[in-house]
Amino acid sequence: MNLSPQDITAIVLSMKIAVSATILSLPFGFATAWLMVFRQFRGKVLLEVLVNLPLTLPPVVIGYFLLLFFGRNGWGGAMLKAAGIEFIFTWKAAVIASATVGFPLLVRSIRLGMESIDRQLLQASRSLGASWFDTLVSVVLPLSFRGMIAGSSLMFARSLGEFGATIIVAGNIPGVTQTIPLAIYDYASSPTGTSMALSLCAVSVALSVGILLLHEVIGKKLEFRRGA
Amino acid sequence: MRLHISVEKRLGGFSLDMHNTLSGDRTGIFGASGSGKTSLVHMIAGLTSPDSGEIYLDDTCLFCSRKRINLSPEERRIAIVFQQAMLFPHLGVKANLMYGYRRCRPEHRKVRPEALIEVLNLQHLMQRGVNRLSGGEKQRVALGRAVLANPRLLVMDEPLSALDDSLRYQIIPYLRSVSEEFGIPYLFISHSLTEMQLMTDQVLLVSQGEIEKVATPDELARSTMASNPRGYLNLLRLKGASVQDGLFHYPWGSAELIISDGRTENGSLFELSSRDIILFKKNPEAISARNLLECRVSEMFDSDGRKGVVLQSGSERLVAEIVRSAAEDLGIATGMTIFAAIKASAFRRLS
Repeated sequence: MNLSPQDITAIVLSMKIAVSATILSLPFGFATAWLMVFRQFRGKVLLEVLVNLPLTLPPVVIGYFLLLFFGRNGWGGAMLKAAGIEFIFTWKAAVIASATVGFPLLVRSIRLGMESIDRQLLQASRSLGASWFDTLVSVVLPLSFRGMIAGSSLMFARSLGEFGATIIVAGNIPGVTQTIPLAIYDYASSPTGTSMALSLCAVSVALSVGILLLHEVIGKKLEFRRGA
Repeated sequence: MRLHISVEKRLGGFSLDMHNTLSGDRTGIFGASGSGKTSLVHMIAGLTSPDSGEIYLDDTCLFCSRKRINLSPEERRIAIVFQQAMLFPHLGVKANLMYGYRRCRPEHRKVRPEALIEVLNLQHLMQRGVNRLSGGEKQRVALGRAVLANPRLLVMDEPLSALDDSLRYQIIPYLRSVSEEFGIPYLFISHSLTEMQLMTDQVLLVSQGEIEKVATPDELARSTMASNPRGYLNLLRLKGASVQDGLFHYPWGSAELIISDGRTENGSLFELSSRDIILFKKNPEAISARNLLECRVSEMFDSDGRKGVVLQSGSERLVAEIVRSAAEDLGIATGMTIFAAIKASAFRRLS
């Protein structure tokens, strides 16, 4: 292993961005999944398409749209400027980029979990005196827990690998917005960077394997608890 | 309990149009599957809304399309026991039981958890996870959970259909005693006449989205005697058996019933089809059937070309079924004395 201090910064930054993006997305992911599974409304198909769009759209395109929106002349940019927040080309922009790209994965997993909840459990809860919000918190949320864990770990992993959207909205500034994939990209384009690139690749593989293992273990544990 | 229903609803190609006012604490809703029973109780409980109409429970308006009233399910306080127990899988037995109780306003809390746990015999299950309960135990916990919500009305939507026969008749006494003990009226939905006879005083007959009629369970059993493949099912609660020659002798009315599949301990519930009773005008003296009862014909009724003969012995009654020509041959008439022969093996023990 051959990691420079700059690489360590990139790893830490990657983790920070992935964790923030996942935590930020969770409540929205839960709400979106709930809307899609339990509510009937007009324009549901539209929401469906919109949520899944980042899955098929090139990340670069997403990044470009985000740049337009949060840029100097965009709505979001104007609002942030009014609030005095520096956004584009900071790690916060990388968080938003990761969150957007990973969101469909999160929603899909939570949705799968929610779809397996028997509707009669919700009817039972309502008839026992729980309001819809109480039912959401006391029945839907705990029973979606596995879906949320699964979705979060997928999203976390996806965020660690985010490249296209990030490089457009956050740039590739070492120590500020340079994440693992961006650092590897830099090494790969320099003639002497092969071993450095390989070290970061190894870190990437280790992180991914670790997350998937954790995902499995937590899944098993929850299964055991529910079976007990 | 008084329940006034006048509702209309279209569900795809099916339309539901029900109007009735019911009073009574033990009411059944009877009908084939797809007749609209579950849709009706979902409207009463507030899980679906009618297109138009009104629903009143005692003096409370639950729904009125004209006045734009539509109480939410939690405001209606109508608890449901489903066919599958529907226990919350992420909670233990205790948390399931207390789910509704915790959400019930203190002034409405009439049923004490300790008393209920005792009535339903749940003490030894309290620390268990819900996935380690048998079907019957699950249904008992579900029943307890519904009762502990202290509802104004308990809706039981085929609570026994998912259980096998032997378990079904073990649960029935619990269902009845819980509502009697704690004074909670119920609507009992089923497509089993036997369950209706055991659980209810009056039955709402539902067919193709409409209320056909309101009848007593006995009237219903009589009117469907000819069309039911098993005839009219007599239900007998017997106890105090003695055993002779491997057969169980139960006192019944002024006579005795001899039954092959009996029990000496506790009482039992038996089912006897009206078609398993043979009638004789005179005493045939020797026959292979072990029961030969001298009875009085207390009543006769028609059911689609068949004759129902109500036999009385002491204060007990049995319904026998014969075809019209047999009735003419026997010259049967109300008030006459007749002999009824029943094989000892014709009695089916339910519990």
